[in-house]
Amino acid sequence: MNPSFSANPLTDLHQLLQYPFMVNALEAGTIVAVIAALVGWFVVLRRESFVCHTLSVMSFPGASGAALAGLPLASGYFVFAVGGALAIAFGSRVSGRRSAMQESAVVGTVGAVALGLGFLFLSLYGGILESVETLLFGSFVGITRGQVETLLIVALLAGAVLATVGRPLFYASVDEQAARADGVPVRALSIVFLVLLGLAVAAIAQIVGVLLTFALLVAPAATAQLLTDRLRLSLALAVALAVLETWAALTLSYFTNEALGFCVTTIALVLYASARASRELRR
Amino acid sequence: MFALPFVRNALLAGSLIAIASGLLGYFIVLRAQVFAGDALSHVAFTGALAAAAAGVDLRIGLFAATVLMALLFAALGERARADDVSVGVAFAWILGLGVLFLDLFNASSSGGSGIVGARALFGSIFGLSTGEATLAAAIAVVLIAAILAIARPLLFVSLDPAVAIARGVPARLLGSVFLVLVGADAAEATQAVGALLLLGLLAAPAGAAHRLTANPYLGMALSAGLALASVWIGIALSYHIAALPPSSAIVLVAGGFYLLAFAAPPRRVAGVLRWMR
Repeated sequence: MNPSFSANPLTDLHQLLQYPFMVNALEAGTIVAVIAALVGWFVVLRRESFVCHTLSVMSFPGASGAALAGLPLASGYFVFAVGGALAIAFGSRVSGRRSAMQESAVVGTVGAVALGLGFLFLSLYGGILESVETLLFGSFVGITRGQVETLLIVALLAGAVLATVGRPLFYASVDEQAARADGVPVRALSIVFLVLLGLAVAAIAQIVGVLLTFALLVAPAATAQLLTDRLRLSLALAVALAVLETWAALTLSYFTNEALGFCVTTIALVLYASARASRELRR
Repeated sequence: MFALPFVRNALLAGSLIAIASGLLGYFIVLRAQVFAGDALSHVAFTGALAAAAAGVDLRIGLFAATVLMALLFAALGERARADDVSVGVAFAWILGLGVLFLDLFNASSSGGSGIVGARALFGSIFGLSTGEATLAAAIAVVLIAAILAIARPLLFVSLDPAVAIARGVPARLLGSVFLVLVGADAAEATQAVGALLLLGLLAAPAGAAHRLTANPYLGMALSAGLALASVWIGIALSYHIAALPPSSAIVLVAGGFYLLAFAAPPRRVAGVLRWMR
């Protein structure tokens, strides 16, 4: 494989789509981008971006454990990320009084232990050299048909749930007190949302790696919210930006041979920084 | 086990790095700056790989990157919050940059990039040479001395900033010095447990110590002691179980201590304050 970029977009498109793995990657990337943007839009609204990082790190031992046990990698990602989401959702209720000090120490420890456990599983599996980089920082090679189908099913499921709870979730996210007074089940909604977040993070991690989910989940949504204050427009814009970011990153990575993780984070940073700058200028 | 030079090197460097991390970690948790530690761990990875790609000693890149990032954090002050999207996007990019350096290194050398990458991410305490271990230990001693020297005013500023500032304690300066110490310690800990696992040494023993005692000096000693015990037990376990990587073992033991500490009732900052007066 030695693709070269040309001035003719049709030739480029033909080159891009000539290998089945690249078609799989583009399809999986598109599915993941859509669900990432939708869930991420609420993440930015609810200021829960730090939880995303913890959840995605937790899916690392899931994926490497699944590899060790001979199970499909996708199952490991989903089980651990959703399990982590449920643990956070219920753990924060059981502990009662919240202490910022202990909370941050727990989050830090859980992250380190999860990564240490993942590294242990990979060592036991014996495939350290290549798989570490792929699991942590993503790769567009090796995405299977089955994985694309699983991602599609999960995305449709998550999308359906989000469409159902979207309106009350929005209310609860912007004004929790008022929503509670109006009888909106704020607590239940936040649990449902954490599970959705777990699903989304597990899906994103399969494409861009567990350490870089932020670039697809939070960055496009935050960029869109900077660009416009109109809700529906910013939601649509977030999806468009995430899909464009994924396509651009996959294409760039394919033609330049640079790592996908570098391409995706760079595009995310450029988009976010330009939106930030344009907002400052408009003031 | 102790007759082997690589085990002795690991114990020498690991012990002192553990004490330094335990002491600094106590203040990181107290000041709720675990997020800064997390950020430093990302930067450490990229710094080490930038050095690898440029063909210089990994440690130069490590220390340069972490200390610079610590200074940046000190300059940002309160504006750098865990849930800040700008900070998150910037860190994701820094990690992405690390991947780029890994690939550049990959292209410039005939292989073994996976080893350098895994070493930067997950450490290799058994891979330290005598020279590397001695230098790491010496730097750790300096860090321990420095944190002990500023411990008292730093405690004061962390627990009651308003009163401390009113009494003329240089709060900003102390905070910046502290962050630089944490940066240097992050570079140290990366050599032992790797960039991604250093929070296991910084946050877990300290979190346990904070739960177990409200007395700050006892807490600092406990935090350092638990970190030290994690490193020793981790190294011993990993030595006897060949499949268990030392960094995973150390972090899992530290996490286990934290879990045990949850059996004890939590203490509040108020208790520490009462003790101070």
